Amino acid sequence: MDTAKALIDVKDLTMAYGDFVLQQNLTFKVKQGSIFTIMGESGCGKSTLLRILTGLKSPAAGTVFYSDMNFWESSSKKRTQRMQRCGVLYQSGALWSSMTIGENIALPLQQFTKLPPLLIQEIVDVKLALVGLKGFADYLPSAISGGMRKRAGLARAIALDPDILFFDEPSAGLDPISSRMLDDLILELRDSLGATIVIVTHELPSIFAIGDDSIFLDTETKTMLASGDPRMLAKNSNNIKVKQFLSRSSSLPGSESSVENE
Amino acid sequence: MNKECALQISQDGDKLCLTFLGSWTIHVNPCSTPDIVKDFPSHIKSIYFNTEKLSNWDSRLLVELVNITDYANTKSIAIDVQGLPSGIQKLLKLTRKKTGLPPKEKHSKTGIFEEIGKQNIRVFNQIVEMLAFTGEILLSYLRFFSGRARFLKRDFIYFLYNCGPQALPIVSLISFLVGFTLAFIGAVQLQMFGADIYVANLVGLTMTREMGPMMAAIIMAGRTGAAFAAQLGTMQVNEEIDALQTMGLNPLDFLVLPRMTALIIMMPFLAICADFIGIIGGFFIGCFSLDISPILYYEQTIKAVTLNHFLVGITKSIVFGYIVAFCGCIKGMYCKRSAGAVGQATTAAVVSAIVLIVITDAAFTFFFNLIGV
Repeated sequence: MDTAKALIDVKDLTMAYGDFVLQQNLTFKVKQGSIFTIMGESGCGKSTLLRILTGLKSPAAGTVFYSDMNFWESSSKKRTQRMQRCGVLYQSGALWSSMTIGENIALPLQQFTKLPPLLIQEIVDVKLALVGLKGFADYLPSAISGGMRKRAGLARAIALDPDILFFDEPSAGLDPISSRMLDDLILELRDSLGATIVIVTHELPSIFAIGDDSIFLDTETKTMLASGDPRMLAKNSNNIKVKQFLSRSSSLPGSESSVENE
Repeated sequence: MNKECALQISQDGDKLCLTFLGSWTIHVNPCSTPDIVKDFPSHIKSIYFNTEKLSNWDSRLLVELVNITDYANTKSIAIDVQGLPSGIQKLLKLTRKKTGLPPKEKHSKTGIFEEIGKQNIRVFNQIVEMLAFTGEILLSYLRFFSGRARFLKRDFIYFLYNCGPQALPIVSLISFLVGFTLAFIGAVQLQMFGADIYVANLVGLTMTREMGPMMAAIIMAGRTGAAFAAQLGTMQVNEEIDALQTMGLNPLDFLVLPRMTALIIMMPFLAICADFIGIIGGFFIGCFSLDISPILYYEQTIKAVTLNHFLVGITKSIVFGYIVAFCGCIKGMYCKRSAGAVGQATTAAVVSAIVLIVITDAAFTFFFNLIGV
């Protein structure tokens, strides 16, 4: 299990909004180079977990370690430095709508590196080409389609060559082919950039296609029900809820399952 | 096709037979027995249905059947659904399916005292929020003056242009008309004393000390403050602000700083323009309606309006600029994540800016009166 080094180590994490506890006792490790999926029903706190991991919301209890750094105990300056080596792709792409695609990708490079403008321009072109958007640098985010916006968001996320990439529902709202292409792109980027990838998703095809480690969050018990390789979980998990989720069946044991007797 | 719905109830020992006739749809007038279960005899053991003469059915029938089933369940009466069409049997089964009830939301009726208390807590929280935001802006300006704040010069220049030259036409129009109106109203009163010439004083002083800065500020609250709130609110909805933050760009430095600085710089200029144009508006009335000679009006205005009056107006306008930008930015930054919230943020930004402007203006007037400026 622990052959690869744990890059993110979460211990006894509790997340809450005010008095409302969303999830508690979350303990998991994200290994270097893995593709880690956070799955669960809608509203179970997947995105909130991502917000905690990316430094946008502080946890109610528990610790998050990035390698040896206690993330939420460190100063906000150190947290920011850590986050600059992470890329985040938001659900809607979250491109800055007042800037063109090219400017969106160039901004982190301009702000955090001392590269000359010409080189930055070249890097922007390369990143856009990587995600298949060559020649779209001068378009405004509102002028391109949703799938393209996501890919542009991905190009921005990898602008600073991060060692960890976070994805919030990458395939939500995409057609099966685009979503498949995005999955392939994620795999390729992992292999070529050597980045560790954390994905929040509930798309089964994606989970099975790219995930090699996972946790399953449950709304009712307010904690994680299972962790491990999603393919193994689908076969071997003895938790009925996890199994249902991964096999996409709706019948609950004990309740009337005769609804679909046609 | 029978366009009426009817129900026949017949009893067979302890069995009850319900015969549905005609068309039980939502387009048919309700039949004469609105509450079927009321007519049931009390000692029945089971219910069965006959729907052979039922021509049409939809949710109308389903609702009745659900009612009957509910009634039967409470009285432990057996229900035999065999006589129903197969579609409705399935629908009935679906409605019977047990689902976890949603947790009851506590919407208990609140008394007047509770409502007052809640409102007070909201106001208190808002004040705390405003103080916190003020502190953050202060820190942001410290970073700005020590050269560590990151924002785009291009943004800053755009907002300077947007808050200055672009706002000038509307500010000019309004202040011209304000000066115009002031002179008209003043003239009617002053004519009674034969003091027509003092219209120049009235217009000059009011415009420079009060109306110029205030009208400029109110227009900017509606124009630019609202725009700030809507821009930042939309960015919040689109997670654009999260994206800035995770990238290590402080949203306050990147977004609020250029907007606020631009407005604080531009507001005094707008106020000065408003002053002059308002005075010109008064001049028009003075010369054309009151027949005061233009030279006389000009000299009277120069005599009345001293540098002090100008400085009072400019001081106010700087503070107003801050207020408008502050209200716009705070409402935008704390906007919740929905389209409705953006609208609320915009409204709140304009309303709170205008209220604060008027309050501050009153406080200023009182203060300047006290120190005799």
